[in-house]
Amino acid sequence: MDYEAVIGLEIHAQLLTDSKAFCSCTTRFGAEPNSNTCPICLGMPGVLPVLNRKALEFTVKMALACNCRINEFNRFARKNYYYPDLPKNYQISQYELPISENGFVEIETSQGKRRIGLTRIHMEEDAGKLIHDETKPVSYVDLNRTGVPLIEIVSEPDIRSPEEAGAFLRELRAVLVYLGICDGNMEEGSFRCDANVSVRPKGEQALGIKTELKNMNSFRFVERGLQFEIDRQIELLKAGERIVQETRLFDSATGTTASMRSKEYAHDYRYFPDPDLLPIRVEPALVERLRSELPELPTEKKLRFVNEFGIPAYDAGVLTASRELALYFEETVKLFPKPKMVSNWIMTELMRRLKGEEHGIDSCPISAEQLAALLRLVDEGSISGKIAKTVFDEMFDTGKDSSAIIEEKGLVQISDQGELVEIARKVLEDNPSEVEKYLEGKTKLMGFFVGQVMKVTQGKANPAMVNQILMEELKKR
Amino acid sequence: MKITTEQVEYVALLGRLALTSEEKKKYSAQLDDILKYMDMLAEVPTDDVEPMAGPVKLFTPLREDKVEPSLSVEDALRNAPAVAGSSFRVPKVIE
Repeated sequence: MDYEAVIGLEIHAQLLTDSKAFCSCTTRFGAEPNSNTCPICLGMPGVLPVLNRKALEFTVKMALACNCRINEFNRFARKNYYYPDLPKNYQISQYELPISENGFVEIETSQGKRRIGLTRIHMEEDAGKLIHDETKPVSYVDLNRTGVPLIEIVSEPDIRSPEEAGAFLRELRAVLVYLGICDGNMEEGSFRCDANVSVRPKGEQALGIKTELKNMNSFRFVERGLQFEIDRQIELLKAGERIVQETRLFDSATGTTASMRSKEYAHDYRYFPDPDLLPIRVEPALVERLRSELPELPTEKKLRFVNEFGIPAYDAGVLTASRELALYFEETVKLFPKPKMVSNWIMTELMRRLKGEEHGIDSCPISAEQLAALLRLVDEGSISGKIAKTVFDEMFDTGKDSSAIIEEKGLVQISDQGELVEIARKVLEDNPSEVEKYLEGKTKLMGFFVGQVMKVTQGKANPAMVNQILMEELKKR
Repeated sequence: MKITTEQVEYVALLGRLALTSEEKKKYSAQLDDILKYMDMLAEVPTDDVEPMAGPVKLFTPLREDKVEPSLSVEDALRNAPAVAGSSFRVPKVIE
């Protein structure tokens, strides 16, 4: 029997506000434990939370970017649970009447375009951090992160494969980063993903029993964790066994998932409206203002790159994966208007040095101006493409201009007709037997002669001219 | 009765309340009254009524995104029954 997977994702994104969601403590990461706390985020009696305007506006922006309906009237709820990462014993979240519902995101996979529905995007507060002692039966609590504003994005169970899950996550992350409302750092946990996974026989409508997957802190781990869990569930069903509804943790060291045994009892959050917070009104005028402030989003930008610059959709997808990279590309093209050549250089040489998409272009030591200048030298024939790559590496390492490096190392391309003719003649004289064979019809030896000229000139000879000159010189013999 | 003793025990467990058997009986009766009262509300036809976000026509005020000084770590930890360094110390919460 064939099985299909049914996956729904819950994404938590930390909002890039300066202060926390309901108090004025800083959200800065990496401070001494509990140094960014106050009576409100410590959950002391008698305090009142007051919502951060920016957190509200950021949430509305994301909701609009994901085609959600904004609920003009919405409210906060208490999600009750006992776990020392939140000192109040509840998390301020939204349950009934969230700020936005019914959105969608379009993704592209090897199977083509698909639309993934969003159930809701709502506001909530982050919890603190626990460190469990390896040897003693104690845990240590740091409440610095407590109260940092989060949005939770809940997808419909529309995802059918780990690949789709990855594409969906990358798209959401790109939108968040484009909007400038989340830094999207999965390793540091400012962008986190939990998954609900079940399998069912193909064609079946009813959903199977699901498990919840946690602890997948990179795109690759999400894909690997999901694949493992899908295979595990299918094997269980094939063996006639039952799937237990539970929370499982992904272990990146082994690539497997294991049941999370927690002392917490069954999830029963007993949500109710938070009496400390009045309902929220998102006025239509605010929604319209925020809508007008939305930047060009990744999908639109990608389409424009294809139409405006005539580059392939694949290139456009890679270049628009981050807003900064897209900006870098556009700036370079403005100075050196050969988009495909720019795109090739960014996607091969530059990405190689930046080691893939997860390292930001903002750490790139080569400015758009410097890259454009280098490409212009290649285009004018001052240096060969091969030498340009050496120069590029040097630029990346030192931050120097291409012209300075070329001058320093004497790398200017030899395009002097007289000089090249002389070198070509010398090469032919030094290799009489190869010349003879060439004249007898072994024209493949052309490569050998070109190689010899390059060797003599240390790769600096203009390759097009070398070919032309060698051809003419050989004809004379 | 609209509520069983087991349900009262479950709610007490979730609320971390240790109830004596007399208390369980007493609260069962009280909760039963509350639920019966709620049933009266359920009789009101609400099909055409928009869900209400709150009972008063007031909405939550907003504050500007401005950082103010936090408590000192010493003050933050002052009420804690147990401390380790700058952290609260609690019984281990995972196995």
